[in-house]
Amino acid sequence: MTYDQGTIWFIIIGLGLGTFLIRFSFLGIIGDRELPKWFLRHLNFVAVAVMPGLIAPLVVWPAATNGVLDTPRMLAALAAFGFGIWRKSVIAAVLAGFIVLYAALYLFG
Amino acid sequence: MNDTPLSPKSAFWLGFRDMVPFLLIVVPFALLFGAVGTEVGLNIAQTMAFSILVIAGSSQFTALALMTENAPTFIVLLTSLAVNLRMAMYSAALVPHIGRLPLTTRAIFSYFLVDQTFAMSLNKYEANPGMTLAAKAGYFTGTFCFIAPFWYVFTLVGALVGAQIPAEFALDFAVPICFIALSAPMMRSLPHFVAAITSIIFALLFVNIPYNLGLILAAVIAMIVGAQTEQWLKNRTIS
Repeated sequence: MTYDQGTIWFIIIGLGLGTFLIRFSFLGIIGDRELPKWFLRHLNFVAVAVMPGLIAPLVVWPAATNGVLDTPRMLAALAAFGFGIWRKSVIAAVLAGFIVLYAALYLFG
Repeated sequence: MNDTPLSPKSAFWLGFRDMVPFLLIVVPFALLFGAVGTEVGLNIAQTMAFSILVIAGSSQFTALALMTENAPTFIVLLTSLAVNLRMAMYSAALVPHIGRLPLTTRAIFSYFLVDQTFAMSLNKYEANPGMTLAAKAGYFTGTFCFIAPFWYVFTLVGALVGAQIPAEFALDFAVPICFIALSAPMMRSLPHFVAAITSIIFALLFVNIPYNLGLILAAVIAMIVGAQTEQWLKNRTIS
């Protein structure tokens, strides 16, 4: 990393300010104005449309293996996903993911 | 089951308690960010400033990753902000519930609008249509009062401990596991499941589109597919 101190602070403050404006966008600007029906219908799917897409590349091309598909990590992801759907519990999914990850790393790694 | 409306105070403690399981996500995530941040050459003040000013782990990691490659400042900001664009959608999703709060309160809530506080609060609001505005505000306040201090403190611990965590612990994969755990219970209906699968397929197809725009594009397609599936199922049951 070869940035000078000023640039590093510029990035941190810029990211902080920009992120706040994104979060404040609708809550601050639109307020309690009536939103169209079609819009609300799509909002229902926001989280479930963003988060799987955010993770998928990290599972298929993990950074730790320089982007090579890795059995333990793939199994751990599937375990977390399966348990999360089956038990409808975040904590069960996290535990299943880590147990399978460590077990598979021990067995295959 | 009772019909007494939830008081703001009990809603606060409910939100507070509902966040406890997220410690498993937030604590390792914060530790990891602190450790990685100092490892790539940020000082402790800068690492802490990231967690306090940005308070969005995945974009903080995105920024770090690009900074280690000495990417141009503009690209670092644009890509990291693109990762956070989903929060505009969170912001919009909360408008029907807490949009009538005073502006200052909405500004404070916006600062604390992270994946976990959003997911838990929206679930709560949708499961309890009778919740008052004050109870909704109380619940959201409870969620961030519990979780935010852990984010700050464990970033600091991570920064101080530095790169002492051995690679064998495969903490690199804590992030994906946590994200999967968060999103799996969201698949409460077939359209939600279809949207998730669509998101995965297109995010993988679009992975080479620069600046994380592929993710945004995949998300928009997945939202449309999910909403269309829902409409289609509804029309089928009516006719």
